[in-house]
Amino acid sequence: MDFEVLWRYAPSLLSGFGVTVLCWGAGGALGVALGFLIALLNRLRLAPLRRLLRVFIEVFRGTPFLVQLFLLYAGGPYIGLRLSATTAGVIGLGLYSSAYFAEIFRGGFAAVPVGQIEAATSVGMKPFDVLWRVTLPAALIAALPPIVNMLIVLSKETVVLSIITVPELMYQMQTMAAETFTAFDAIFAMAVFYWLLVEGVSRLGRRLEARVTAFMAEEARPA
Amino acid sequence: MIEIRGLDKSFGAHKVLRGVDLTVGRSEVVCLIGPSGSGKSTLLRCVNFLESYDAGEVRIAGKLIGYEDAPDGTRRPMGAWRLREMRREIGMVFQHFNLWPHMSALRNVAEPLRRVRGLSVSEADDRARAMLKRVGLSDKAAAYPSRLSGGQQQRVAIARALAMQPRLMLFDEPTSALDPELVGEVLEVMKSLASEGMTMLIVTHEMGFAAHVADRIAFIDDGRIVDEGRPRHVFHESAEPRVRQFLQTYHDRNSF
Repeated sequence: MDFEVLWRYAPSLLSGFGVTVLCWGAGGALGVALGFLIALLNRLRLAPLRRLLRVFIEVFRGTPFLVQLFLLYAGGPYIGLRLSATTAGVIGLGLYSSAYFAEIFRGGFAAVPVGQIEAATSVGMKPFDVLWRVTLPAALIAALPPIVNMLIVLSKETVVLSIITVPELMYQMQTMAAETFTAFDAIFAMAVFYWLLVEGVSRLGRRLEARVTAFMAEEARPA
Repeated sequence: MIEIRGLDKSFGAHKVLRGVDLTVGRSEVVCLIGPSGSGKSTLLRCVNFLESYDAGEVRIAGKLIGYEDAPDGTRRPMGAWRLREMRREIGMVFQHFNLWPHMSALRNVAEPLRRVRGLSVSEADDRARAMLKRVGLSDKAAAYPSRLSGGQQQRVAIARALAMQPRLMLFDEPTSALDPELVGEVLEVMKSLASEGMTMLIVTHEMGFAAHVADRIAFIDDGRIVDEGRPRHVFHESAEPRVRQFLQTYHDRNSF
């Protein structure tokens, strides 16, 4: 372990970590938002739209993220889409994960017991109110654990961005390893950084889940 | 209040209701009994059109529900807005309570008042509190459903339906999912409703309750009303072999 080298490269490693977190956060947010939109549009039950969304999901789930990213970054200019590496990385992460998030939200909607919706229908609630007040909260609660899980998976997919020269953690590590011939130190430091990130995310997720379940299990505190 | 005539309903190739006729008058309490799978629940669910029907008609206070007669004599599905208008007048209580788990008992009762009746938060909360008091759950207003017993959940569900001030109430096996010692508290609430003159159509396996509270009993088997009349008639004087057999099984199971 060469601490002197690690110390010397600390600024670039930290900036790489920052870029990783940023890409992951922005890409994940884009993916969640897009996935949610897809799941909602799917509920409109318009057959042509549904088929289109199905194709979208199958394409982005069915091909490797690396291939998608290359197509977007290197193939983009052919159709006039010139993106910076980081922008391409964020959009790539967003598109790729949106396919998974769409399926997670679909599962969340499917997990809402039909009876809860019937109860709302039977009192004469409007479809929008049923969705907004009954279906959506229950679906989101059901979808929360798999969403957190997918965000963790996504945090590790960010390493792929190094291939299109996004200056994230993996990229900085490779630079350091190449310049100083310290492959083991670099990989070890990287593992620590990623573990920190994932641990942070899963702790946050657990706390969120605990809060959501607690508020349904506990008697609400008197106002 | 409810007039059902010649009601037919199929699920695919399976005929669930075969020409059912049934009338429930104002303030009348009618219990539907019969073996499982006989079509009782489906019949009940046709009354507020949670289940569509294929032929015949269901009228609430004279108004056809679920369909509209077009000028050319054909029938078309009722507009969603008008269907909601009608459903607001019909309270329904489900076997599995169907409370919304992410809302407290109070919110469960107040939510429809706000969304459907358009009451303000404080008006809705006041009425919801009054309703919870009526079913004996004043102290549980802040509790979420998962913290309530089955009997308490069902009483909240009754309060939720009642708060809308419906003209009639439908009960779909309201005590079937309850532990035996919790059945009584729910039946008590229903009994008091009946004595206050609420029009009620109840699918139940509680023969004792049906015998004491119902004005009339309809026995359904295989999608048909096999026998109908005062409790005394159905329980003790029915000539229908299917009814006698059903009640005999019931007695055998409940005697010790």
